[in-house]
Amino acid sequence: MDSALIPEGANRCSFPKFAVGIAIVGAVVLWGVYAMGLIWWKGLNQTNMNDYYGFALWIWADLAVIAVGGGAFFTGLLKYIFKVDELKNIINFAVIIGFICYSSALLILAIDIGQPLRGWFIFWHANVHSMLTEVAFCLSCYFAVLTIEFIPNILENRQANKVPFFHHLAHNMHGVMAVFAATGAFLSFFHQGSLGGVAGVMYGRPFAVREGLLIWPWTFFLFTWSAAAFGPCFTLLVTRITEAVTGKKLVKDNVVHLLSKISGWMIITYIIAKIIDTIYWATVTVPGLGFNISHFYSNNGFYGYWILVTEILVCGVIPGLILIMKSTRENPTLRLIAIVLGVIGVCLNRWVMVLQIMAIPVLSFDTWALYVPSWQEVATTVLPVAYGIILIAVTYRYLPVFPQEKELNRTKPVTE
Amino acid sequence: MNKENIKAHKFGMVIDLDKCTGCGSCMVSCMSENNVPFKEDESNKKDSITWMRVYKLTNGKSFPDTEIVYLPRPCQHCGGKGDHGHSPCVSVCPATATDYGYDTGIVSQIYTRCFGCRYCMGACPYHARYFNWWDPKWPEGMEKYLSPNVSPRMRGVVEKCSFCYHRYQAARDKAYYDGREDIEENEYQTACTTACPAGAIVFGDLNNPAHRVHEIVKPDPHPASNNPNVVGKSRNPNVFRLLERLGTNPKVYYLSEREWVRKAGDNYLEGEWDKIKNHHGSESHG
Repeated sequence: MDSALIPEGANRCSFPKFAVGIAIVGAVVLWGVYAMGLIWWKGLNQTNMNDYYGFALWIWADLAVIAVGGGAFFTGLLKYIFKVDELKNIINFAVIIGFICYSSALLILAIDIGQPLRGWFIFWHANVHSMLTEVAFCLSCYFAVLTIEFIPNILENRQANKVPFFHHLAHNMHGVMAVFAATGAFLSFFHQGSLGGVAGVMYGRPFAVREGLLIWPWTFFLFTWSAAAFGPCFTLLVTRITEAVTGKKLVKDNVVHLLSKISGWMIITYIIAKIIDTIYWATVTVPGLGFNISHFYSNNGFYGYWILVTEILVCGVIPGLILIMKSTRENPTLRLIAIVLGVIGVCLNRWVMVLQIMAIPVLSFDTWALYVPSWQEVATTVLPVAYGIILIAVTYRYLPVFPQEKELNRTKPVTE
Repeated sequence: MNKENIKAHKFGMVIDLDKCTGCGSCMVSCMSENNVPFKEDESNKKDSITWMRVYKLTNGKSFPDTEIVYLPRPCQHCGGKGDHGHSPCVSVCPATATDYGYDTGIVSQIYTRCFGCRYCMGACPYHARYFNWWDPKWPEGMEKYLSPNVSPRMRGVVEKCSFCYHRYQAARDKAYYDGREDIEENEYQTACTTACPAGAIVFGDLNNPAHRVHEIVKPDPHPASNNPNVVGKSRNPNVFRLLERLGTNPKVYYLSEREWVRKAGDNYLEGEWDKIKNHHGSESHG
């Protein structure tokens, strides 16, 4: 039915089967859109946020998708600037994942603000001292860069590519992509960092505050580093899931091993910096403000030391070690465990840097505040995931996303 | 009054916790004065708007040694680290919807510019900022009793105590009309100050040595010797500020003769209070 759109020589499932899959995920999208409509119509009283939890599930989701979407800028940097040529076989997919993550982040922000129609005030009345201003500018600009990086792949669709203008445009855009990759890396450095800065500059919140370099707290650099480290883990994880769903090998092992190795070393160096930061914060920063580290991990029903150990040791040190050692990195099961742990780790870090900050009492006579999101918050957080699945399904079906697919699946029988 | 004081006011208050009875008049007068909206069910305090909130503190001891203190908490109108005007909330607001008045020391909130990101709420350790989760609804007829001097806020924006800024504007207008260069102490008083039956709240210009608030607080204009971020520390040994060690530099001071109350104002490591308490107030400044 849609075979004319499918890349030449590629095997895809039947259209009805594809349509059923899209319809199932589409139902989840509709659920999210309904919740989004309720929030826009009735306001943020549809959430379980409150005056203690001004930042909650959405801001976590926002930070998490941007962190895991970091695979796009870092892979682009490696491919186009550091000329790691093997990564050309996964860069398209990294860009698509990045595009999904960043468009999701923008959507979440549009839901999260109390007066969505005034969203443009952040640009118009910009406060240059605010990390959130830096986030807004860099995030919007980088989303534009990602769109530009995505366009050539769209134009390589079998039918679009028949149009000479599109064909040449795609070709020429590939030629100048290094410029956009460099721009993207520059912008990403600042917006990933400024998201870390959002927490680090809150000097009224001892759990969040960090010293730093010039105007940037250490969390600025840690967020950028962790996004570059764990972003590729997410790219690899989604590639693995796509391979499992399609039943095809899509990227050669040497590419996966290379990206895993780079990710592993980034994780190890990041986690060393994170451990140093944590020790300094726990032994110098917070005692100077009158707090023991135990204040942040006790007297409540959820946040204990387990979360610190899980983030740093289980989801940081362990995946890092697995990925830097050749024998464990090249073991598919161990590698999968490592990248899953890595993705959980960076998401957990973002959770801690948003929700745990809000939960901890600062006034000596205040108490812990815990929060459970409403179904509207959950639905609108699941919405980008469902949208991402659909976009990946559509792009995989109609665009030549994986250059090695044909070669790796040459002997497979045609199912359509 | 000299010219310097005219140029730079620094409005602030001191609340005598030993006088406060916890009656709540300050809360009521504040809500009435500033058209603060309320819900039908106010039992969930985490999404109720109380520009002035009275906390109840105890010394944690069992009967007969139990002591209670009520601590009214308006916006602290922080001067920020080093008292340079970069308050925790002002410095983070991405749309400049909250601003620091260098001529008054008052932290403003521009409702029509706030787009409801709530970063300021996250940054404020005092929970002095409130979000309008709902559109304000007044019982029928009550809208006729709203103050015409304060604009009601719409759903989706943050609001907080303004030190009754409209009263300052009115006082300034009157002074101008009378041909005076500045206002008198009694011409600008916040609603909570005037409503407190115990006279526990004293409001005025911390920069003006003739004002009562200055007489009680005796603010030190120099940075604290042990923390350069702290400016305006009181030289009165019984006066303290909330979370002073963070360097937020609030303009709301508290007064109590009870040591456990003063200790409750900040966080201390074990055994630290005994070493630090003698550095509070005048003793630390010679």
